[in-house]
Amino acid sequence: MKIHEYQAKEVLRKFGIRTPKGGPAFSVEEAMKVAESLGGPVWVVKAQIHAGGRGKGGGVKLARSLDEVRQHASAILGMRLVTHQTGPEGQIVKRLLIEEGADIKHEYYVSVLTDRATQKVAVLASSEGGMEIEEVAAKTPEKILKAFIDPIVGFPDEEAERLARGIGIPDASVPAAVDTLKKLYTCYMETDASLAEINPLILEGDGGIKALDAKFNFDDNALFRHPEIVAYRDLDEEDPDEVEASKYGLSYIALDGNIGCLVNGAGLAMATMDTIKLFGGEPANFLDVGGGATTEKVTAAFKIMLRNPKVKGILVNIFGGIMRCDTIANGVVAAAREVQLNVPLVVRMKGTNEDIGKKILAESGLPIISAETMADAAQKIVAAVSAAH
Amino acid sequence: MSILINKDTKVITQGITGKTAQFHTEKCLEYANGRNCFVAGVNPKKAGEKIFDIPIFASVKEAKEATGATVSVIYVPPAGAADAIWEAVEADLDLVICITEGIPVRDMLIVRNKMKHKVAAGGKETLLLGPNCPGIITPDELKIGIMPGHIHKKGRVGVVSRSGTLTYEAVAQLTELGLGQSSAVGIGGDPINGLKHLDVMKMFNDDPDTDAVIMIGEIGGTDEVDAAMWCKEHFKKPVVGFIAGVTAPPGKRMGHAGAIISTGAETAEAKLEIMEACGFKVTRNPSEMGKLLKSLL
Repeated sequence: MKIHEYQAKEVLRKFGIRTPKGGPAFSVEEAMKVAESLGGPVWVVKAQIHAGGRGKGGGVKLARSLDEVRQHASAILGMRLVTHQTGPEGQIVKRLLIEEGADIKHEYYVSVLTDRATQKVAVLASSEGGMEIEEVAAKTPEKILKAFIDPIVGFPDEEAERLARGIGIPDASVPAAVDTLKKLYTCYMETDASLAEINPLILEGDGGIKALDAKFNFDDNALFRHPEIVAYRDLDEEDPDEVEASKYGLSYIALDGNIGCLVNGAGLAMATMDTIKLFGGEPANFLDVGGGATTEKVTAAFKIMLRNPKVKGILVNIFGGIMRCDTIANGVVAAAREVQLNVPLVVRMKGTNEDIGKKILAESGLPIISAETMADAAQKIVAAVSAAH
Repeated sequence: MSILINKDTKVITQGITGKTAQFHTEKCLEYANGRNCFVAGVNPKKAGEKIFDIPIFASVKEAKEATGATVSVIYVPPAGAADAIWEAVEADLDLVICITEGIPVRDMLIVRNKMKHKVAAGGKETLLLGPNCPGIITPDELKIGIMPGHIHKKGRVGVVSRSGTLTYEAVAQLTELGLGQSSAVGIGGDPINGLKHLDVMKMFNDDPDTDAVIMIGEIGGTDEVDAAMWCKEHFKKPVVGFIAGVTAPPGKRMGHAGAIISTGAETAEAKLEIMEACGFKVTRNPSEMGKLLKSLL
């Protein structure tokens, strides 16, 4: 789960990390109130959307008077902010963060994440703050320092100091930087984050260390023990179809193609998408119905897929292991009837009670195309979709 | 022979009284030698009772002492699953198979590091399979996990995969072609897990009754690449490789917690290329895994 920058800064402050003073605003009036309480003389008006690259897209503006705060807040609130992370359709800005200006002497990068290969917590630090870490990693990987932390041992002071000195923090500010790094690690662990990133972390004119921008991802599996994080969830930032799918225990991700797929199991779902592509089609979505594909779940899955106007055909691929194919066939038939399916449907079922399942589909009177293998199914749906056009 | 488990393995089921555990335990008991292999259950609240005629104990330690079991399978819900793994490790079992899906990553990080500390301090090493995996089966001998038993056939091909249904797909293709399996292993779809492709490939390499292997991976992480690099130097048998997720967009979690592309090296195409360069016969058509393997024998 992702959160907004202003929420990320609230989390950081809870763990004792310094941030600029500021507050969120949902309207221009609220923005003015926050700006007045900050006092000036310089303010920053920042669009709050989950995607990065907001500054380049015109979503971050500096104001030198309250009038300018008003102008920028009016312009940014409600704008369709397009960044390299939002895609061409952009994201409507509904929240702002109004902050005091900062005295920036240098910008650094620090983050904490879980390293799969070593099964440790990785703390990353770089002298190249303010730009995307992927870019730094590609151009000057030697400028990214790493510490791998064993969570049983914790983050040793010497390691934090090695990073702080390694990225060029001046001597006088090293203790503050070490303190910030260690607090960020604690924050990462205690909130069950999957990414805690401060970019930039700034060195101020007076030698202070402060988080100027922050980004968090949280482990969805751990949200059950973090109601305070769940409270930050902003559904406006999530794909409504993905949200709807999750209500039914379906894992759904929209893609750009025109062939909807409904599959049980994440690996098989990806393999099905890949097979569609292999035979010249383009998958419209990833959809894993999970273990128990009941009629209700299959119907919900059909409805969600068909909300996408690009969908011109559907491929169902089920490996009936524990789940029986006849149960799935009944679900597919009921779902196709309920949604009055009017695009070609190819069903490939394999496993327990496969023959009974196929009989149910054949006798349903619905124009369901039956397939033997994944490849056969993909070829048939690609042909059916192109024949319909 | 086989890897990790056989008809003589004695198994403890942790969380045996839950609904899912009961459903799958019954299927495991019905399969091959299951009745003789599943010797104990664990549930502290129901110690002294029996389920499917299997005695329930208060702890893994007690279950092990009473039955001599060396392997456990875990169906405990996510919030308590990492503790259940640790309980089995502390009881010095040989192998723990964790089926549970949805365990917090931090819990897995902590338990994995505790396991490493235990071994470093001279303690016994317990292998972990999973979590979020279908389990392992040695056809006609023993099935531990949630895979459908009837699609398997005893034979000499090993299968290892992160995904459940994709493993079943490969197994069913082999069985249809008359090729049986020595063992089929699901290592699970989570980012922090126990046995990896590499560990399982080493076991298949050493198993005299495995002649060839289908290795299936997916986007995210670099485990398949690590395995392929090792195999290039050491693996003596033919391998068919497949990676799911050529069409998966970067930055999106594709169902499995670990199936997310964070860097260029984690894409399906990058992994397929390295596997191919390391001598695997890779296919981009998952319907051809079985046929391709047959052509190598």
